[in-house]
Amino acid sequence: MEAGTPEVVRLEDLEASRAFTGRKHILSLLVENKPGVLARIAGLFSRRGFNIDTLAVGPTEDPEISRITLTLDGAVHPIDQVTKQLHKLVNVIKIRDMEPDQTISREMALFRVQATVENRAEIMEFAEIFRAKIIDVSRRTMTIEVTGSNDKIDAFERMIRPHGLIEMARTGEVAIARSRPDQ
Amino acid sequence: MRAADALCEALKAEGVEHAFGIPGGANLPTYDALYDAEIAHIQTRHEQGAGHAAEGYAKASGRVGVAFATSGPGATNLVTAIADAMMDSVPTVFVTGQVRTELIGTDGFQEADVTGITMPIVKHSFLVTDPRQIPEYVHQAFHIASSGRPGPVLVDVPQDLSRAEIEYEPAEGPPDLPGYRPSTEGNIKQIRLAAKALANARRPVIYGGGGVINANASRELIEFVTSDKFPITLTVMGLGAFPSPHDQWLGMLGMHGTRTANYAMDSADLIVAVGARFDDRITGKLSEFAPRAKFVHIDVDPAEISKNIPAHIPIVGDAKDVLPKLTREYRALKADSSRLDDWWRQIRAWQAEYPLTYEDSVGSEIKPQFMVEAMYEATEGEAIITSDVGQHQMWAAQYYHFSRPRQWINSGGLGTMGFGLPAALGAKVARPDDTVVCLAGDGSLVMVCQELATAAVHDIPVKVFLMNNGYMGMVRQWQELFWDGRYKAVEMGPSPDWVKLADAFGWTGMRCDDKGELKDAMRSALGADGPVLLDVRVSKTENCFPMIPAGAAARDMVG
Repeated sequence: MEAGTPEVVRLEDLEASRAFTGRKHILSLLVENKPGVLARIAGLFSRRGFNIDTLAVGPTEDPEISRITLTLDGAVHPIDQVTKQLHKLVNVIKIRDMEPDQTISREMALFRVQATVENRAEIMEFAEIFRAKIIDVSRRTMTIEVTGSNDKIDAFERMIRPHGLIEMARTGEVAIARSRPDQ
Repeated sequence: MRAADALCEALKAEGVEHAFGIPGGANLPTYDALYDAEIAHIQTRHEQGAGHAAEGYAKASGRVGVAFATSGPGATNLVTAIADAMMDSVPTVFVTGQVRTELIGTDGFQEADVTGITMPIVKHSFLVTDPRQIPEYVHQAFHIASSGRPGPVLVDVPQDLSRAEIEYEPAEGPPDLPGYRPSTEGNIKQIRLAAKALANARRPVIYGGGGVINANASRELIEFVTSDKFPITLTVMGLGAFPSPHDQWLGMLGMHGTRTANYAMDSADLIVAVGARFDDRITGKLSEFAPRAKFVHIDVDPAEISKNIPAHIPIVGDAKDVLPKLTREYRALKADSSRLDDWWRQIRAWQAEYPLTYEDSVGSEIKPQFMVEAMYEATEGEAIITSDVGQHQMWAAQYYHFSRPRQWINSGGLGTMGFGLPAALGAKVARPDDTVVCLAGDGSLVMVCQELATAAVHDIPVKVFLMNNGYMGMVRQWQELFWDGRYKAVEMGPSPDWVKLADAFGWTGMRCDDKGELKDAMRSALGADGPVLLDVRVSKTENCFPMIPAGAAARDMVG
């Protein structure tokens, strides 16, 4: 008997794989660097009712190929169906559903906060704790750059918001697979 | 050579002999090149007609259908046909003219962002930005349109670029597209698993769809189904993939399928789907669909597997590759066929209790179902039948017994009224030796009646059998059954006079309103030279049954 298939297949033992994983997914797409590719991906998401949490687009080491990193919620989206639909786009070359424990992901965010004489020191202290950089200062505001995991940026936002968050800009996550130790 | 000439050379290199279309300002260079090219061009009277004709051509022959349109309104007129080809996976290439490069984005005369408009309804599209791309994209378009799960591909060509001079050598071999590698070979372990599941199934049903026809796998399907006494049902897109009548044939399934087919799905313990996609017209209420079944799903498009119904044994592959392997694996198991005896007793009981039937008229009135039966007899079951969308389409699916693939050409997914006539023209061009009959609805035919001129001028001798009940019958039926009979905007009234209209377009027009004369009228229409329109006056308010009301479960069929 061939390895991999049981000798007898009883129908009651057959199970279908579950559609929802219940966790956040980071999809890393390599796409052809051609006009309209982003529109095709955005259009696919909107017409199939998929909701992107974050999206980051940028060049790769190969000028003909761009990388699109997007995150979406596997509790409300059938990730398997999302990747299969994305694969149907001719301009999408490769899709990687990043394994959480084998992935390094980072996001950058810029925060402009109210910084009065009273709370300026405290804000700088937060920035220090989060290894954030203060990149611009005015009489009443400070602009802070934070880089890190999505959770870290969420946490920083929670800390800073009570001080008067004026404006926030986030890049969306980018991710890359961890190298194996022997590589 | 001129890029427009290279376009025609590339089309010829892809084996194109016929194309449908209409010229206009932006695709004049293409038409100038067509002047010399050895491609027979059929000038339709509306671009939608060109698009559906290309679909009919492709569906009848299995070859890629080609249609041309100019920029702006020419291209937007193609949109319905492109969407139709997408829904029914029809291999088609649409070549549109675009305004000159320097005008793109300026709202120039007859400018429309056609690649943008069609993005959700194409398998792929190309906007040419360099004249050297024109033949290259044509080769890529044919490869994409015809391989994997087929579909429409659009090539949008700015007018100035098609006039440029380029070097061109026909491409050899399929183009290399890094993001497009359809897998056609099924995983043998999964196939083995499916065979073993089948060997243990006591109430199996084979459920085939249009994918079997697209894969040219009808022979392989018959071989598989008859490798044991497996009951088989087909979707409206799959009709003809398994010959009807046949001892193992349950009839079509779905909204207007047979009770036997739908009840069998409802009671099955294992359903093997082949090239079918569990569309809502098949499943009805998804949560109550085939509640006792496990699913083997064979499809060349991985995204169809587990899209609507989670598959227990997914098999990604072309039916032509997978089915012979599945048959071989199943035969090797030497399963005991008698395990299916109880199942067949149940199926035979349903068949005896719920045959497809209707109450025929007593007098001369022509019942629409009778009309389809008469058509079956008059054509000896051999004609290629195209149809529009509505009651007549469902009655044709129920009462015309299709015995071979590509014999039944209709718009299943998009449900496009007006599909039948232009599709018939395309089918006849592809298969000139076959009898091609368009079973039309009166609501549908009037939407595309300008294509009567195309048939007359190009001498395409199709026959239109018009099932004329004076209504958009299916909509009227829904208003009657589900909207308290509050009929609104469904009556067609006395216009047009179809016989006079046929005559005006250079067709032979005939009329029949007597049951006793119908078959003879059909035979004389079929025997006459040139295109003939037979206006058949049928019962006005007959309903199409049985029926699963939208959103209901299969076992709740009515009628």
